[in-house]
Amino acid sequence: MNAARMAAMRYLLQRDGFALDVDVAIPLAGITGIFGPSGAGKTTLLRCIAGLERPATGRLVVAGETWQDGTRFRAVQERAIGYVFQEPRLFEHLDVRGNIEYGWRRRGNGRAQDVERIVALLGLERLLGRNAAELSGGEAQRVAIARALLRSPELVLMDEPLASLDRARRDEILPFLDRLHAESNVPILYVSHTIDEICRLCDHLLVMDAGRVVAEGELQSVLVRTDLPLMAGEDAGSVVECRVSGYDETDELLRLETSGGELLVPGKPRQTGTALRLRIRANDISICRARPEASTILNILPAVVDAIQPGEGSSGLVRLALGDDRVVARVTRRSIRELSLAPGDRVFAQIKSVAMRSRAER
Amino acid sequence: MSLGPLWLSVQLAALTTVVLVIAGTPLAWWLARTGSRVKPVVQSTVALPIVLPPTVLGFYLLILLGPNGAIGSWWVEVTGSALTFSFAGLVIASCVYSLPFVVQPLAAAFESVGDQRLEAARTLGAGPLDAFLSVALPLSLRGYLGAAVLSFAHTLGEFGVVLMVGGNIPGETRVISIAIYDQVETLNYAAAHRLSAILLVFAFAALLVMYLVNRRWQLR
Repeated sequence: MNAARMAAMRYLLQRDGFALDVDVAIPLAGITGIFGPSGAGKTTLLRCIAGLERPATGRLVVAGETWQDGTRFRAVQERAIGYVFQEPRLFEHLDVRGNIEYGWRRRGNGRAQDVERIVALLGLERLLGRNAAELSGGEAQRVAIARALLRSPELVLMDEPLASLDRARRDEILPFLDRLHAESNVPILYVSHTIDEICRLCDHLLVMDAGRVVAEGELQSVLVRTDLPLMAGEDAGSVVECRVSGYDETDELLRLETSGGELLVPGKPRQTGTALRLRIRANDISICRARPEASTILNILPAVVDAIQPGEGSSGLVRLALGDDRVVARVTRRSIRELSLAPGDRVFAQIKSVAMRSRAER
Repeated sequence: MSLGPLWLSVQLAALTTVVLVIAGTPLAWWLARTGSRVKPVVQSTVALPIVLPPTVLGFYLLILLGPNGAIGSWWVEVTGSALTFSFAGLVIASCVYSLPFVVQPLAAAFESVGDQRLEAARTLGAGPLDAFLSVALPLSLRGYLGAAVLSFAHTLGEFGVVLMVGGNIPGETRVISIAIYDQVETLNYAAAHRLSAILLVFAFAALLVMYLVNRRWQLR
C-alpha cells in the first residue's frame, strides 16, 4: 500500500513484567481494530502513538511525516490525533459545547460548520448547554468522541470506548460509531477485547498478545486465521459482506447475495442493493459431504475445504471457501476423521444463523 | 482608638497572600505531580512552620534577614536599608510562616485534578502551560479559595514571628496582634477588647465564607 496512507511504527518498551515489541504498518483508512486479551499492550501501543509514552526505541511515521525517531519526538499536543479514552475524561468546569470546542479552538483553522457537522453526527444538539458533570455515561462518551473528532485528527485512537458502559449504553453508542464509519473518512484505531464490536465496526484487524502483534491484515482474512489461539476460541467466526437482493414477503425472509451464493435470513424488508455485513460464528456452521435432501436449515452453500485446524479437545476448526469469502466451522474431530475431510474437498456448508450489520444505517 | 495597626495587618496579609498564591503554585504543582525522592524532604520543609514555635521560626528568620544574614546583607547591598524591623522583612517572614497554608491546599487540589484530564487536554492540542491554565487551574479554584483564605487569616493572626523579625514600630511593623499585646501590657483593656473583637469577627467571617462557598460548590 502507498506509504502516504499508512502509519508505520516500531516500538520497543520495557516495563517491569511487560515488554512491548511492535513493528507494524497500519492503513490510514477505515477502522483498524486492535484485538487481544488484557495485558497484551493495546493501550500502551495507543499511548505510544499519541506521544503519551516515550519508549526508548520508537519510530512513528504517519502519512509520510516522521512523528518520532531516534532524534525527533513530536510532543503530544503537536500530533494530529484524537484520543477517546476508556473513561470520557470530560472537563467538568465546562459545558458540553466548551468540551467539544476545546480541541477545535486549538486547531487554528476550525470552521463553525465542522462543529455543526460533528454535533449532528453524534446527536448532541440538545446537550450543548448541559454541564459536563450532569451527563449519563453514554452521553459523556459521545461528547468525548465529538471532542476528539473536532481536533481534526489524521488518526483517531479509541481505547475501548465502550468498555466502561453497560450493555444498554453500548447499544446506544454503537449506531453512532457505524455512522461515523460510514460518513466520515477519518481513520480510526479501535482497541477492543470484544470480537463482536470488532466484527461490527472494523475493516482491518491487528491482533496483539503479550506485547507483540501476532497477526495483521484485512478483517476477514485475520478472523479466519484458525492457527491463532486467539481466533480459535469460543468466539471463532468470520464476517461476510453481502448485498440485499430481494425480500420474500410470505416467509418474511431477506434475500442476501454473497460471493458464495444466496442466503435467506429472517429480518425486516430493506432496500435492494443495501450493503450488509454478516457475522457467521464457527459454532453455527456444519459440514456435509453431499447436499442434504431435506433439512430445516435454509442456507446450504457449496464450499471448498481450505484448511483444517485439529485444535484441542473434541472439536476442531475447518476453514471453508464460500466463493471469495472464507468462513470457519467448528466440528468435532471425530467428524473430521469420519468424513475424511482434507483441503481441496468439495463439501456443503449448512449455516444455521447469521447476525446482520448494516454498514451505513441511519 | 487608632486603626493603623489593623490597616497594616490587612496590607501585610493581602500582600503575603498574593505573593504566596503566585509563588506557591509551581511548588504545589511540583509536589502534586513529582515522583522524586526528595519530595518528602520538601514536604517536611514546607510543613515546618505548622509545628515550629513562631519564636524559633522568628529567631532563624531574624538571623537570615539581619544585616549580617545571607538574605539581609544582600538586601542592604541592593536597597541600602535593612530587612529586619521593616515592612518588607515582615512580608518575607509572613510568606515563610504561611507557606504551608497555601501549598498544602493547592497541592491537594492539583492532585485531585489527576493525570487523566491533563492527558486529554494534551491530546486535544494544549501544551503543558495551556493545559494547566485551561484545565487544572479552573478545576482547582476551590483549592485556591481555601489557600487564599487560610493564608490571609493566618497572616493576620501572626504574632511571634512579627515580634522577633519586625519588632513594634508604629506604621511599619506594629500589626494588630502586637497592638493588642501593647494595650494589654498597659492595662488598657477597653482598647484591647475592641481590637480583639475585630480580629475575632474577621477570622470567623473569613472561615465562614470559605466553608459556605465550598458547600455551594459541592451541592452543584
